[in-house]
Amino acid sequence: MKLAVLVNEGPYQHQAADSALQFVKAAVAKGHEIFRVFFYHDGVNNGTRFAIPPQDDRNITVEWSKLAEEHKLDLVVCIAAAQRRGILDENEAKRQGKSGDNIAPGFRISGLGQLIEAGIQAERLVVFGD
Amino acid sequence: MAEPWEEEEGPVKKFMYVNRKAPYGTIYALESLEVVLIAAAFDQDVSLVFMDDGVYQLKKGQDTKGIGMKNFSPTYRALEGYDIEKLYVEKESMESRGLTADDMIIPVEMLSKDELTSLMEEQDVVMSF
Amino acid sequence: MAMLHTVNKSPFEKRSLDSALSHAIDGAAILMIEDGIYGALKGTAVSAKIEKALGNLKVYVLGPDLKARGMTEDQVVDGVKVVDYAGFVDLVTEYDKVQAWL
Repeated sequence: MKLAVLVNEGPYQHQAADSALQFVKAAVAKGHEIFRVFFYHDGVNNGTRFAIPPQDDRNITVEWSKLAEEHKLDLVVCIAAAQRRGILDENEAKRQGKSGDNIAPGFRISGLGQLIEAGIQAERLVVFGD
Repeated sequence: MAEPWEEEEGPVKKFMYVNRKAPYGTIYALESLEVVLIAAAFDQDVSLVFMDDGVYQLKKGQDTKGIGMKNFSPTYRALEGYDIEKLYVEKESMESRGLTADDMIIPVEMLSKDELTSLMEEQDVVMSF
Repeated sequence: MAMLHTVNKSPFEKRSLDSALSHAIDGAAILMIEDGIYGALKGTAVSAKIEKALGNLKVYVLGPDLKARGMTEDQVVDGVKVVDYAGFVDLVTEYDKVQAWL
């Protein structure tokens, strides 16, 4: 089945990001198609490669990136929510006159329309948040 | 140029946006309103529901000058211009918070818990914030 | 199939479980995850509510969240089914849609 996932919380602060990650892993293991994972609200913080969790802790962003590479997942960070919270890709950094970008590999920044499209295209939308 | 989803002649899906959180204390109310404004451009069947503490989002007379935040409540008045006309508040949520239709910034349809439950079951996609 | 309702809040702090239960039709399912698992346990102030809900709803709890919080399957209200993440995915596909009571 074609599934979409919405992640509304950042990593570490709330379990929602971990739950979403475990859910997506289980879904691909069962052969389901993940149409898109959309990150909104503080969920956009899943997409920064600048986070450095302690070595004995999980690195949620790295896990998303790995999963995206292995299964060709479409990880989309909402542009409006990302701008509020300082998550930038190379183009956005240039456009906003910022000195660097921090988006993690496998993530892309795009508009809220991508969330609505996921709702239209996927057969189920599962929301993780607080 | 048409986006891929616009080219598809698929059936219109029923989307329900469920607001259960009060404004200002957290950003959910504001950012979920931003989703609804974008959703309006997709020609889907959109319902907007306010229940539990979400009914506080529509309280008249919000004045945020003293807290340094933007008062986004006037945006609810603009929803009609985006062709978002199915706005519902849950009667039980209103009553338990001592609110009436007169307290609301816009005219809304009041649904009982049971009516809202049936409406929810009719949806294809429920997005909750 | 009706709706799958997910609840991720402790019923002792937030009212999400009550909201989910009161908006679930006969044949719908409730899945308790994260701090929501505290609502699935025997011998608490909310156990009776779950026992009653089992009359017309399916009730599930996510095992990994239960175990992480030091709870075991035999502490769960009789009739509540424990599922793992694969089971969570199955529920999502079996029911027509999912509503998260955040």
